[in-house]
Amino acid sequence: MSDAVILPIETVTTKVGSPAARMAANPSVVTGLLLVGAVVAIALLAPLLAPHDPYAQDLTRRLIPPIWHDKGVWFNPLGTDNLGRDYLSRVLYGARISLLIGLSVMVISGLIGTALGLAAGYFGGRTDLVISFVITARLAMPVVLVALAVVAMIGGSLPVVILTLGLLKWDRFAVVMRSATQQVRSLDYVTAAEAAGASRSRIVLGEILPNVFPHLIVVATVEAGSAILLEAALSFLGLGVQPPLPSWGLMIAEAKNLMFFSFWLIAIPGTALALLVLGINLLGDGLRDVFAPDGRS
Amino acid sequence: MLLYALKRLGLALLVAAFVSVVAFLLLRLSGDAALAIAGEGARDEDIALVRRTYGLDRPLIVQYGDWLLRTLAGDLGQSLYFKTDVAALIADKLPVTFLIGSFSLLFALALSVPLGVLSAVYAGSWIDRLALALAVAGQALPNFFFALVLMMLFSITLRWLPVSGSDTWAHFVMPTIALGYYVTPPMMRLVRAGMVEVLGSDYIRTARAKGLSPASVVFKHGLRNALVPVVALAAVQLGYLLGGSIVIETIFALDGLGYLAYQSITHKDFPVTQAVLLLLALIYVLLTLVSDLLNAFLDPRMRVA
Repeated sequence: MSDAVILPIETVTTKVGSPAARMAANPSVVTGLLLVGAVVAIALLAPLLAPHDPYAQDLTRRLIPPIWHDKGVWFNPLGTDNLGRDYLSRVLYGARISLLIGLSVMVISGLIGTALGLAAGYFGGRTDLVISFVITARLAMPVVLVALAVVAMIGGSLPVVILTLGLLKWDRFAVVMRSATQQVRSLDYVTAAEAAGASRSRIVLGEILPNVFPHLIVVATVEAGSAILLEAALSFLGLGVQPPLPSWGLMIAEAKNLMFFSFWLIAIPGTALALLVLGINLLGDGLRDVFAPDGRS
Repeated sequence: MLLYALKRLGLALLVAAFVSVVAFLLLRLSGDAALAIAGEGARDEDIALVRRTYGLDRPLIVQYGDWLLRTLAGDLGQSLYFKTDVAALIADKLPVTFLIGSFSLLFALALSVPLGVLSAVYAGSWIDRLALALAVAGQALPNFFFALVLMMLFSITLRWLPVSGSDTWAHFVMPTIALGYYVTPPMMRLVRAGMVEVLGSDYIRTARAKGLSPASVVFKHGLRNALVPVVALAAVQLGYLLGGSIVIETIFALDGLGYLAYQSITHKDFPVTQAVLLLLALIYVLLTLVSDLLNAFLDPRMRVA
C-alpha cells in the first residue's frame, strides 16, 4: 500500500465531462433550477412584485375570485381572502417563509447530521455503535407528532418551527454521511494522509468531507423540500407559524372552511407549494444522476 | 441466525427504553404539566395542589420510574381532556388507524410493484419515463393539499364519497389514497432498481437461455429477489404512515390514533400525547425488528451480519 501510486480517485463520477457541463445537459437539473430560481426571485423581489400590502385588510372587498372567474378584477389578480387581503401579494410573500424554512432547517439539520455521520463513519467502533443507536432511536419517533407536541408546548412562531424541525430532521444526513464516509475512509488517499501524519480533523475536513460532498448536496435538497412540506403541514394544523404570516400551509388552513365555495383559496397556495417542492426534488434527482449515475434508487 | 436475532432483539429493547425516556422528558420539560392540568389562569395555590396531587414535585427520575412501572403494567393514566382511561381510549382508536395504515400500504404496494416491474422490464421506454414523472410529481404534492383536492373532487363535485367520519368502508377510500400515494414513489423506485439489477444478473440469463417464458423469468426468478429490499422499506414506510395519519385523520375526522394525538396536543392532554408517542415509537421498533429478521431469513447472506 505504501508504495502505491496515489492518484486522485474520482469516487463517484464516472461519466465524461465536467460536473457543470453534465448539470447543464440534465433536464431534471435545468427544470429544477428554473422552478427554484423563480421562487427565489419571487421571494427576493416580493416588495416590488406585490401589488398590495399582504397584511392590509379590506372587509368591503372580501372573497373576490381570481381574474379567470367572471367576477374577477385586475385590481386583485388572484382575488382576495376572507379578510379582504390581496391573495397574489400574500402568495408572493409566502415564498419567503417556505424558502427561509427550507434553507435554515437544511443548515441546522445538515450540520448536526453531517457531524454525526462523519464521526460514525470515520472513527467506527464504539463511536459508530453509539451514533447508530441514536439514529435508530431518532427514527423511531414520528417527526410530525414530536414537532406538533413541541410547538404546542412552546408556542408556534417561525424561529420555534425552524429550530424544532432542524433538531429533528438530521437523521437522513447522518445515515447517508455515515455510509459515504465508510466507503471513502479506506481509500488510498485517506490512508496516505494518515501515513503522512495529518491530524484527524484535517483528514476528516480536508480529505473525507470534499469527497462525500456530492452525497451531502443530494440529501440537502431532498431535506429542504421535506422541511418545507412539514412546515406547511404544521401550519395547516394550526401548530406552525401563526397568523397573520402568509405561510402557504396556513393560507390553506384559513381557507379550509370556505373550500366548498372558494376552492381557489386552497388551490393557489397548494399549487405554489407543490411547484416549489417539485423544483427542489427535480434538482435533487438530477444532481444524484449527475454525481452517481448508477444510484437511481 | 439465532445470534443475529438475539443481537437485533437487544438493540430493539435498548431503543425502546431510550425512546421511553425521551417520550417522558419531552412532555415534562417542554412545559409546566401542573399548569396544563390546572388550566390557564389558575391560582398559584391550585397549581401547587395539582403538583402535589399528581406527584409532579418529586425528582424527575422518581417520576420517570413511577411512570415506566405503571406503563409496563398497562396503566397509562387518565386523560385530562377526555376524562377517561388512556389505555382504553387508545384501544378504542387503534383499530381505525391500523385499518387505514394497512389499506394505505396495500394501496402503495398494488401501485408500486406493477409500475416498478413495468418500468424495469421496459427501462428507458415511455412507460418508464411516465412512471418516474408520476413518482416525482407525487412526492412534491403536500398530503393535506392532495386530501382536500380529493375531497373537493369525490365528495363535493361528484358526490361519490362521504366527506368525513369513519362509519362505513366508503369513509376509508379517500384517506387511504391520501395517505398511501406519498409512500408509493420510493417503493416504486426500489422495485424498479431491484428489478433492473436482478434482470441483468447471470441466473436470469441462464433462465432465459433455458427457454423459460418471459413471464416466468420476470415473476418467478426476478420479482422474488427484487422484493427483498421492498419488504424492509414497507415496514419503515408503515411507520411513516402512522405519523402521517395525524394529518390525514384530522382532515377527514377519522376517529383513530392520529386524530386522538392531534386532539391531545391541542388540548395539552399530555398523558395521551405521551402514550401515543410511545406506542407509535414501539410499533416502529417492532416493525423494523420484524423486517430485519424477515430480511435475514429471506437473504441468507445477511444472516452472518
